[in-house]
Amino acid sequence: MSIDPATDASTDRITDRVTGRVTGTRLATHDLSLGYDDRTVVDHVTTRVPDGAVTVVVGANACGKSTLLRGLARLLRPGTGQVLLDGKSIHGIPTKEVARTLGLLPQNPVAPKGVTVVDLVGRGRAPHQGRFQRWGAADEAAVARALEVTGTLDLADRVVDELSGGQRQRVWIAMALAQETDLLLLDEPTTYLDVAHQVEVLDLLHDLNATRGTTVVMVLHELNLAARYADHLVAMADGRIVAEGPPREVITQERVSEVFGMQCLVVEDPVSGTPLVVPIGRHHSRRPTLVANGATA
Amino acid sequence: MTLTNRTTRPALAVTIALAVLAAGVVASLHVGSRMLSPEVVWAALTDPRADDADHAVVTARVARTVLALLAGGALGLAGAAMQGLTRNPLGDPGILGINAGAALGMVTAVALLGVTSLPVQIWFALAGAAVAGVLVHAIAGLGRDGATPIKLAVAGAAATAGFTSWTSALLITDLQTLETFRFWQVGTVGGRGVEVVGPVLPFLLTGAVLALTGARLLDVLALGDDLARGLGRRAGLDRLVVGLSVILLAGAATALAGPIAFVGLVAPHAARILLGPSYFRILPMSVVIGAALVTWADVVGRVILPPTEVQVGIMTAVIGVPVFFALVRRGRMGSL
Repeated sequence: MSIDPATDASTDRITDRVTGRVTGTRLATHDLSLGYDDRTVVDHVTTRVPDGAVTVVVGANACGKSTLLRGLARLLRPGTGQVLLDGKSIHGIPTKEVARTLGLLPQNPVAPKGVTVVDLVGRGRAPHQGRFQRWGAADEAAVARALEVTGTLDLADRVVDELSGGQRQRVWIAMALAQETDLLLLDEPTTYLDVAHQVEVLDLLHDLNATRGTTVVMVLHELNLAARYADHLVAMADGRIVAEGPPREVITQERVSEVFGMQCLVVEDPVSGTPLVVPIGRHHSRRPTLVANGATA
Repeated sequence: MTLTNRTTRPALAVTIALAVLAAGVVASLHVGSRMLSPEVVWAALTDPRADDADHAVVTARVARTVLALLAGGALGLAGAAMQGLTRNPLGDPGILGINAGAALGMVTAVALLGVTSLPVQIWFALAGAAVAGVLVHAIAGLGRDGATPIKLAVAGAAATAGFTSWTSALLITDLQTLETFRFWQVGTVGGRGVEVVGPVLPFLLTGAVLALTGARLLDVLALGDDLARGLGRRAGLDRLVVGLSVILLAGAATALAGPIAFVGLVAPHAARILLGPSYFRILPMSVVIGAALVTWADVVGRVILPPTEVQVGIMTAVIGVPVFFALVRRGRMGSL
């Protein structure tokens, strides 16, 4: 779906320009600027996260994509504008209430030394528990479900430090799932994973979105995987959104060179049919046949 | 099926810790410059009419055992809460100057202001602990990289040195107070009767409840600030409550037994090694280990250098300093 920027900002409905379907948006930004000290990193961004879709934010290093995600997760106070959750300013909502709606997995989270998988995943239940409240059946069930969905049930008693990178990332996602939120924000969930584990983690997130309807927003580095897994792709440069919409519309040769400052060829991914970016460096020139194939694809 | 709270043989570790604690209590009643037989101790404990020298010795030993249990448990718990709160493996109210601050507050009340009522003195101890805690964290927080564990430890050591010399200065100008606080200043459970427990107990219990109910918060804080926020913790208020518990526990323990260091360092680390990283286990286990540690430190201190007694505060340092260096050398300072 592509978002019509002319949509009235006061409504929470988005009319899809192509299909005319109306989808909701629970998470949005309005004129949002974020920064550290005096440096503005996200610059007057207004956008909406489509419900029930996988949104992926891409862009060059330091373009503000992680900062935008942190802003959406109310980890940063806006310089201007605001983040809206269900139409209300996210900073005006009690943080525990936000935590029951919106889950966050930061980049490279560090597990306490010696913590077991089940203990770590159980900590995702914190927003549902009071200070004096005991661990209950609902918590137990949520943890069991999260372990099962992520395929980590058989790791439950293992110590997190001893797991492989891919297993560990699935455990962290399980922790975020135990939080049982409708929205899930992930900051580069595939960093430091080899390509097989990257695909494994992204498949898992796709499944979650497909089976539970969880709205997923993530920052990804890998453009081709982003194009493959995103329903809604957001391209950022210099703290602004330069394009958003279906990957097919967002990823063009001109835009990739604008956003990443790199010459490339965009062809069709032979597996998924999504755009596939083939970078062109200084040392390789286009082979005529490839250009022909790419052009006809 | 219970998915949660499974680790390797926690029951065994808890049983052993409780056994060591119980043995410490028994030893504390029997051992000293005057060794007593179990029959004598039993008779003195059970026969209210007994009124001989042995009975007096046992009564004094009961008092110091109670003090050791309370001060040790409180300091162990305060250390665990502090390590979790600041994610600093060197978080110990002794190392970070809080106990010394409490001692200065108390001695100021006694020597300078002539406060004779213990309940009022405790408030001064708590105020001293709070001021020290804030001051040390403020000093360590200067500079670009914020309050790192090492900077906190250095700031704490400096503050302790400052507070302690100030405390000494106040004491030596006041002979009468010096007589009362000479050993207390180093950390001791002997020489003060069981009657000091009553006024301190409400503070200890309040601090203990606040700390023990903070387990879930500390478990979430251990995941880092971003995740803690994502999981719905309001860092400020939550931290204030746990910080208050540390002040209450450390201040009250100091009022009881003087500034004892290293218990709050050793007990939580031992608990963590034995039971894993969940604060639901670390906090109560730190109470048990802290109490056992101070009780045994007192017992050993009575007999190690006859005919004199070595104060508890010195004995815990003998045990604690190697642990401190081991933690620093291990180099994983940020791993909590």
